[in-house]
Amino acid sequence: MQKINKINSMVGAVRNFINEIGMMMLFFSSSVRLLFVKPSRFSEIVKHMEFIGNKSVGIITLTSLFTGLALSFQVYLGFKIVNAVNMVGPTVALGITRELGPVLTGLIVAARAGGAMAARLGTMRVNEQIDALDVMGVNTKQYLIAPRIAAAIVCMPMLTAVFDFVAMIGSYFLVVHLVELDEAIFLQKIRETLEMRHIIEGLIKSAVFGLIFGLICTYRGFFTTGGAKGVGEATNRGVVMSMVMIIVLDYFLSNMIRMYFILQGNG
Amino acid sequence: MDSAIRIIDVKKTFDGNDFVLKGMNLDIPKGALTAIIGFSGTGKSVMLKHILGLFKPTSGKIEVLGTDIATLPPDELTKFRCHFGVLFQSAALFDDMTVLENVCFPLLEHRREIPYKKVIEIAEEKLRLVGLDKKHFQKLPNQISGGMQKRTGLARALALDPEILIYDEPTTGLDPILTEMVDNLILETHKHIKGTTSIMVSHDLYAAFRIADYVAMLDAGRVLLFGKPEDFYKSEIELVKRFVAKGMKHQ
Repeated sequence: MQKINKINSMVGAVRNFINEIGMMMLFFSSSVRLLFVKPSRFSEIVKHMEFIGNKSVGIITLTSLFTGLALSFQVYLGFKIVNAVNMVGPTVALGITRELGPVLTGLIVAARAGGAMAARLGTMRVNEQIDALDVMGVNTKQYLIAPRIAAAIVCMPMLTAVFDFVAMIGSYFLVVHLVELDEAIFLQKIRETLEMRHIIEGLIKSAVFGLIFGLICTYRGFFTTGGAKGVGEATNRGVVMSMVMIIVLDYFLSNMIRMYFILQGNG
Repeated sequence: MDSAIRIIDVKKTFDGNDFVLKGMNLDIPKGALTAIIGFSGTGKSVMLKHILGLFKPTSGKIEVLGTDIATLPPDELTKFRCHFGVLFQSAALFDDMTVLENVCFPLLEHRREIPYKKVIEIAEEKLRLVGLDKKHFQKLPNQISGGMQKRTGLARALALDPEILIYDEPTTGLDPILTEMVDNLILETHKHIKGTTSIMVSHDLYAAFRIADYVAMLDAGRVLLFGKPEDFYKSEIELVKRFVAKGMKHQ
């Protein structure tokens, strides 16, 4: 009997999860469609880009600089054992542009901007502000959701580019000035190894991560119930789910993009 | 007596078993101030959400200004809601906008042809109409008192000159002085804007009898009694007598 109950609850949980994904997809399609419907919400998109993008630059710069430093140091220590310190630059460059750049940017921005989005929308819901918009004849998905998702998709590649650039400055500083390897070799090896497609791969992933946290956090916030406690829960669940999805999707996206390049004869 | 809103045998269930509205019938007269009263859980809010098109009835029909609101496609329903002005219990002001911007908002959304300068003029006029001083226009909602927030909410509800003005529990949770102020504000606004149908959902029996032209009392998802306030004093229905007695005693 206990086993049956366990199975039932597991089946229920899976069904709920699938149901929720379906609801989210419907929410996404109905919201994003509205980006192309009048009235234009361009000013709202710019407003959210300022919040998601501009206000994240500081924290992205700081974390990327130290990521570049720490990663380069670890790679240097490892490669020193096998006498391959010349490869520190390209290894760090590939790691940053393809993986760490988009993933860490995604995680940081999801926590900062995604959490704020969920909390803001949740508060608007419990304070009846979304109801007020509804009865005022304003399409709430068009006004509140679509611009936020669009802004997240547009801002994430830009922030990732900032992350990549600053992390490489950190790496350069450590390799050339602290452990005093040859600057010319460091730069030459990166030039030989790093290709534009590696950077583009990271930027594509970051746009997808923007979509993911934008969608999850706005969905959680928009359907908040239960007052202040509900807002807290919506924010928490939005951020946690976004972070998990970013990490899980990163693996599949990496493989898909790599597969694409192989099919293009560029693997 | 023309009806602004006709609720015809409306039933509503959310889970398929329990009916919140159990065949509600109600004609809300055009141009009058009608109060909807009743104990908690009698279906007042659910009825209001049906009128606003936020819920669709399980069966029955709701005609608002002659339009069956439940059959409108989503985009048309969104546009149709411009006929309504709603003052929420919490005022529901947008907290990132100033008082003036809150009132401008519906105009900027729906009257895009009006120049911005004119929008400001209209918003200021509405704020003056509800008795808000100009010195508060540039303040954020959290910088003004609860009474001022209600006034701002009402000015925003009036911005588009709606045909139907809805007050959702406007005095719940307010102190007696503020309650009287809001009641008077509703009455003055209703008198000032001729032809507007006003609907006030309230627990406050005393206010309902004092300011409303008509009162509808709900019980268990149905209209128990609809009439002029004096009809309630004369009513022989036990629940009405009890409600009136308790309401007056409380007052």
